[in-house]
Amino acid sequence: MQIAIASGKGGTGKTTVATNLAWVASRNGRKVAYLDCDVEEPNGHIFLKPELSDRKPVGDLIPQVEAEKCTLCGKCGEICRYSAIVCVGQKVLVYPEMCHGCGGCWLVCPAGAITGVSREMGTLETGRAGAIQFAHGLLNVGEIRAIPLIKAVKSTDFRADLSIVDAPPGTSCPVIEAVRDADLVILVTEPTPFGFHDLKLAVETVQALKLPLGVVINRASLGGREIHTYCTARRIPILAEIPDDRRLAEAYSRGEMACDALPEYQSVFTGLLEAIAYRVSSSS
Amino acid sequence: MKELVVISGKGGTGKTSIVASFAVLAKKAVLADCDVDAADLHLVLEPRIVKRSQFSGGSQARIMPGHCIACGKCEEICRFDAIFYDGPGNGRVEKTYRVDPIACEGCGVCAYFCAENAIEFTPVVNGEWFVSDTRCGPMVHARLGIAQENSGKLVSIVRTEAKKLAEERKRDLVIIDGAPGIGCPVIASITGADLVLVVTEPTLSGLHDLERVADLTKHFGIETLVCINKWDLNKDLGSEIERIARRRGLKMAGNVRYDHVVTEAQIKKKSVVEYREDGVTTDIRQLWAEVVALMDKDLP
Repeated sequence: MQIAIASGKGGTGKTTVATNLAWVASRNGRKVAYLDCDVEEPNGHIFLKPELSDRKPVGDLIPQVEAEKCTLCGKCGEICRYSAIVCVGQKVLVYPEMCHGCGGCWLVCPAGAITGVSREMGTLETGRAGAIQFAHGLLNVGEIRAIPLIKAVKSTDFRADLSIVDAPPGTSCPVIEAVRDADLVILVTEPTPFGFHDLKLAVETVQALKLPLGVVINRASLGGREIHTYCTARRIPILAEIPDDRRLAEAYSRGEMACDALPEYQSVFTGLLEAIAYRVSSSS
Repeated sequence: MKELVVISGKGGTGKTSIVASFAVLAKKAVLADCDVDAADLHLVLEPRIVKRSQFSGGSQARIMPGHCIACGKCEEICRFDAIFYDGPGNGRVEKTYRVDPIACEGCGVCAYFCAENAIEFTPVVNGEWFVSDTRCGPMVHARLGIAQENSGKLVSIVRTEAKKLAEERKRDLVIIDGAPGIGCPVIASITGADLVLVVTEPTLSGLHDLERVADLTKHFGIETLVCINKWDLNKDLGSEIERIARRRGLKMAGNVRYDHVVTEAQIKKKSVVEYREDGVTTDIRQLWAEVVALMDKDLP
């Protein structure tokens, strides 16, 4: 079973939910993998404190041009939709950071002068946090494309019963790549105008992907009932509510797991785990 | 004219609330919401849309089932796992290939190599952008379509249009609300800007993400200021973040206290400085004064 934790708005508590869920599931004897797919700003390791045992570079293919074979025909520049390769004067120029690795240029080159070579875009680190298997990606600074690295994090083979994907905020391509294979997407929100607005965008995104979803309301005591009304009208289950508790915020600030620092919250996440299991079994 | 970009690395640190207050305090700025896939500034500034335009960031492939002979070439060459063998049959083959529009990155390679010319490759609308009037001046904002790509291109459009507007209306500052993270939309928001303000929070996550985003602004050589929002939530860590920021050559522009008034103001669709005279507003006014002073001094 793969569960993705996403949010629309940033800072609503994705990582809190994802790491604590991994913690309680692991205590309940499940074989758990935590996959941090927020490769731009991964934070799960701050809370789970894994021992990282393996690091490997992750790359994507970019074109390499052999000048001796190149006939300067310009076909590579014509097929490229990303302005990543251009033929100017007596030279073919490659702009690696623009390249999407589609392979059009090396497929089209009639002289066989172009080959796809790997270029590092980030690092995949794996290890264990107690019984929890851990993977995260670190996008190199200045890199535009997070997707190949997200794919690498997700394809780490842990043979887990429960894989928890911590997704990046927003609603665009990195989020989609993170959540697209999930059996259930959990959207973490908060009852503020920004939280509610971005929840609606996130719901539309998940529904466009035709994936089952549920909502967790964080800092629930903060606001009104708008989110409840909205979810009820759309038959979206609210799987858990976490109160607005300054002690939770303080534990978070120190990098402590809620379940560790404030054991009374274990029942909230155990309840969430049960709600998830029920939701997945009823939608499959 | 100068461009000030407010970003955060970590999401939810309070970028948009601070930008909304800056919009009021600046009086004569143009505003740009470059968090195009989860834009929120409009919820406070309530823009009246004056002009709306469609955004097309690229093209998308579509296999015409009537023409497909199911040779499988497209699936073989697609590097984005966007082609599936589950399209409707036609008189010649039982099943055809189909492009998943969400996974398609619009490279057009499949259409180029399809021997049957069975693949259409046409521009798609990925979103919309708006020029608006607000009580704090003109604003450019956008909405990326659901599950669409090319947020970086849309960010570039928003920035370019905001600059144009600033020139037309003779305003000498553009304030940009950026996206979280360090990837494509963030890079598009900051490249070539004059000044970046990073809004962080006194948490280990906030610190970690500040360091990543500071590496990014350094990579692009942009002068960077730091503000710790909700700094009194963990004062020790707040001081530690200040030390680390200074050691990295970042300038501390001021800290803002934790206050429920910030959420109340948001609910009332007001910026914090419009909602309250004292308390947290004092902090934001001081922060703004410092940002202005640094802008005037270092960026002639």
